[in-house]
Amino acid sequence: MGAIQNKLEGPVSDELTLVRAAKQGDDSAFEELVRRYDRNVFRIAQHITQNREDAEDVVQEAFLKAYSNLAKFQEQSKFYTWLVRIAVNEALMKLRRKKPERTVSLDEDIKTEDDSLPREIADWSPNPEQQYTQGELQEILSKTIQGLPPGFRTVFVLRDVEGLSTEETAAALELSVPAVKSRLLRARLQLRERLGRYFQKRESGDGKQ
Amino acid sequence: MKCSEFLHELTNYLDGVLDEPTKVELENHLSWCHNCYVVCDTTKKTIEIYRDSQLYELPEDLRSRLRSAIMKKCQQHKKRGPESV
Repeated sequence: MGAIQNKLEGPVSDELTLVRAAKQGDDSAFEELVRRYDRNVFRIAQHITQNREDAEDVVQEAFLKAYSNLAKFQEQSKFYTWLVRIAVNEALMKLRRKKPERTVSLDEDIKTEDDSLPREIADWSPNPEQQYTQGELQEILSKTIQGLPPGFRTVFVLRDVEGLSTEETAAALELSVPAVKSRLLRARLQLRERLGRYFQKRESGDGKQ
Repeated sequence: MKCSEFLHELTNYLDGVLDEPTKVELENHLSWCHNCYVVCDTTKKTIEIYRDSQLYELPEDLRSRLRSAIMKKCQQHKKRGPESV
């Protein structure tokens, strides 16, 4: 059992060229940056807000903010990491507006001292995702990740879905590297345990619930 | 290595950033501890399923609509000057 490879190793070589051209007022260069990252920003926004319309708003607001603050972008990090930070903040603001009774922050519900072993150990069937149609599977995955607090699912999405490194995730969320690692472990274990309800090996039957 | 120590290293192991001696120790633990093997294997599958799920893909029509809206707002911002956002 080996390590998981990151799927996102985006071409960053000409990212800086595009950013510099956009800073000089070349809108087609900025539009190219939008094309390059709009899918990622939308996915991150929908994972955090859990709402399609909010995610659409976040995409627009994040890119507009990036455009209007481009002169302030210091080029010390990747443009994408900077954009993700803007998008995460916009998405969290949406959540706060919707749930004013609860404080939404990246620190919410995070207990770092608890590294106890998972309660549910049962093994999964081989290729469990093939027991479901694509639509059913997406509903299961969406419902499962919605159950995690925003602080867990944001770290999981940036690290494991979008493929940002631990350091980039920490920079985008303004968290320490150990904090990212701790949240990531807990998010992964919680998702694993929750998905087990759908994917566990069955004694008999067709495996569906 | 105890089960709790395995769990502590699980994220580093799955991310491929463990030093060689710890990795050997961890894999030795997995070779005899079935529970930890299952937790490791299913956590890896969890990550892979989410990564490959195409969850929340942006449909092409919405994508071009959003891009047009973004560029239009950017151009309005440019005309009005930096105070408009």
